[in-house]
Amino acid sequence: MSEISVDGSKRRFLVAMSTAVGGVAAMGAAVPFVVSMMPSARALAAGAPVEVDLAGVEPGMLLTVEWRGKPVWIVHRTPEMLEMLGKHEDKLTDPGSENTAQQPDYCQNPTRSINAKYLVAVGICTHLGCSPTYRKEVGPADLGADWPGGFFCPCHGSRFDLAARVFAGSPAPTNLVVPPHKYLSDTKLLVGEDQAAA
Amino acid sequence: MKKLLFLLLALPTFACASTELKLDHAPVNVDDHESLQRGARLFVNYCLNCHSAAYMRYNRMQDIGIAEAQIKENLLYAADKPGELMRVSMRTWEAKEWFGAAPPDLSVIARSRGADWIYTYLRGFYRDDGRPTGWNNTVFDKVGMPHALHELQGHLAPVYRSETDHEGKAHQVIERFELVKPGKLTLAEYDASVADLVNYLTWMGEPAQSQRKNVGLIVLLFLGVFFVIAFYLKKEYWKNVH
Amino acid sequence: MEKVISWIDARFPLSASFKAHLSEYYAPKNFNFWYYFGSLALLVLVIQIVTGIFLAMHYKPDGDMAFASVEYIMRDVPYGWLIRYAHSTGASAFFVVIYLHMFRGLLYGSFRQPRELIWIFGMLIYLVLMAEAFMGYLLPWGQMSYWGAQVIINLFAAVPFIGEDLSILIRGDFVVGDATLNRFFALHIVALPLVLLGLIAAHLVALHEVGSNNPDGVEIKKHKGPDGHPLDGIPFHPYYTVKDILGVVVFLIAFTAILFFAPEMGGYFLEANNFIPADPLKTPPHIAPVWYFTPYYAILRAIPPMFGSQFPGVLAMGVSVMIFFALPWLDKSPVKSIRYRGPKYKIALALFVIAFVWLGVLGVLPSTPLATWIARVLTVVYFAFFLLMPWYTRNDSYKMEPERVNDK
Repeated sequence: MSEISVDGSKRRFLVAMSTAVGGVAAMGAAVPFVVSMMPSARALAAGAPVEVDLAGVEPGMLLTVEWRGKPVWIVHRTPEMLEMLGKHEDKLTDPGSENTAQQPDYCQNPTRSINAKYLVAVGICTHLGCSPTYRKEVGPADLGADWPGGFFCPCHGSRFDLAARVFAGSPAPTNLVVPPHKYLSDTKLLVGEDQAAA
Repeated sequence: MKKLLFLLLALPTFACASTELKLDHAPVNVDDHESLQRGARLFVNYCLNCHSAAYMRYNRMQDIGIAEAQIKENLLYAADKPGELMRVSMRTWEAKEWFGAAPPDLSVIARSRGADWIYTYLRGFYRDDGRPTGWNNTVFDKVGMPHALHELQGHLAPVYRSETDHEGKAHQVIERFELVKPGKLTLAEYDASVADLVNYLTWMGEPAQSQRKNVGLIVLLFLGVFFVIAFYLKKEYWKNVH
Repeated sequence: MEKVISWIDARFPLSASFKAHLSEYYAPKNFNFWYYFGSLALLVLVIQIVTGIFLAMHYKPDGDMAFASVEYIMRDVPYGWLIRYAHSTGASAFFVVIYLHMFRGLLYGSFRQPRELIWIFGMLIYLVLMAEAFMGYLLPWGQMSYWGAQVIINLFAAVPFIGEDLSILIRGDFVVGDATLNRFFALHIVALPLVLLGLIAAHLVALHEVGSNNPDGVEIKKHKGPDGHPLDGIPFHPYYTVKDILGVVVFLIAFTAILFFAPEMGGYFLEANNFIPADPLKTPPHIAPVWYFTPYYAILRAIPPMFGSQFPGVLAMGVSVMIFFALPWLDKSPVKSIRYRGPKYKIALALFVIAFVWLGVLGVLPSTPLATWIARVLTVVYFAFFLLMPWYTRNDSYKMEPERVNDK
């Protein structure tokens, strides 16, 4: 073994090429493994949009459906309930739904809905993930006389109104999430799919 | 010594005698989407009533060019959502009562039986009044399954011929088949339809197979390039080793 | 960068290890084709561990769910098919590589003094690998998985006196069942890989202690230059690293060609019957083990039951594997490499390879009386290679091996 005719530049070039190609190979090989950890076809099928028939949801009633393993509330709001929504905006953290991560832009309105009659919201408290209870009665003894009807989280006492907006002073930092949804007809709702941009 | 070596090399070949059934070759092409779509329709209409394909999701048929809306409208009989598995409503015990055995799941049937076997089997039903279902099969003697596609193929009846074996005993041997009741299709059309169905079953056995070959091609081309570089890299380093 | 390395070196022998095992580990310069398979075995090990981890994320070791979970991986998990095929192809590739690696040892006498322990560690690795493959093969829970395991576990039942209890202990049930599947899963993914890694470490430590053998069977450490390095040695890094990279690329071309274009390998890597879910009430008409076990399986079938017991066959099969351990002490030749040995060893080795391969072929085929007799002849050849070795190696002619290695 002797050190004759070592062509430094050729050798450096080949080493660089091998390193580059080897690096690409390693990254390419990693792709299927990383991708395999994404939701499988089974998970996607379970998370597929849910069709809801609104015909049986009486005024004032709350219906819970499951979408992607989470409870989704559908509340048929009465005209009285809708009227109450405008009266306590000064007590809310985010009355105008400025936080755009919490609802699709087609629901960034005072009632946080497409059709004001129906509230559609993910029933999971934005504080630590409990599911709040539906308290539609106005001014009950335990929640105080100024309770306008809404949702109360039993875990840490967060309060939300009937547009799923959080009251200031609650542990929860943001309004409840409104999931993507659209109306297939007047009484058929599809939860999990955005309505086409109008 | 060389003779012994030769003997040892050749001996075991005597031990391999085959007595396998003659099977017809199934014209499988899993890239022929039109054939697969026809096969899918046959499968859902004729097989899925009794057989499940419980590892297969309806919406996977999008891979062979059937749109989700079409799946929902035309192919979704036993399920509500296209993401569901191809299960079947018949209960196992009912099936056992009717056919003597539960109809096997067909998700991977093409991988366990082979396309040629299924192709021959589905074209091998003939009338046999000795069987409870009235049907027998050329590759699956005393089969429990009735001829599910008889309205397409029609009814074949065997024509027997007497044959004496080398011990002098007479046997009834099936010589040929006769179409005693024509079906909706001609026999040639029927063969083509079964070919579509077998093609679909082959695809369903491994829906990723086309993707597999495509990825494989890219990987091999890449490794070919890598080989050239690795070859010159090795040569460059080793030129000084004597 | 240098600062970081010296910071580490003050706390951990990073540069020292790199030097000791790569850049200043001197390997003979005359390695040939047969010397690729050690590094390739390491590569396959990594493939199996990585793919195995990802399979374990989706697989369910449960009698009611196992088969479906494999199909779930093949269909629903993104790129699950690729990971599964890589693992199943890798299992067979492991044995291809290991068999060639072992054959290299037989060619060049790599098991001879002072490398007896390397050989023994290697044989232990081989044994653990067989157990690993056997247990892994149960997990897809198809008909071949089930009945293959049933048959092999019943071999243990042939052991006199304790056999019956032993086989029940292994299964955890009276037949292969959910309990068996669950424990095989635990052993396959945790216990045996740990043992395997330990043994591989020992194999490599022992190798780097005595240094590699080479196709000439010459000890390169006998002739050192003024710098203290063997004259016929070259540093492993960069010479053998670049050479092994080339070997790895060639191997990967063959490996991925099978993985992507023939993952069933005509039924030898994945069997048709294993696409039928395990059914304890129905045996497939013809069961054969996976190809890498078939030579031993043919030996098992070749031995007739004696004294009303299957045990002699089981014993012969066990001995046919274990006898490899004795190789360093059976070989009495004054030289190591086949290049300098006489015709007797060459013929014996050729006969052995033929016997091993044809036993493998016979192990796949259904048994017929003729096949059984051929297997018996081949079994005799197989054992004669080992048992007569002290005699024919001592009496063989030989050429004295050279002082220095020949040029490639």
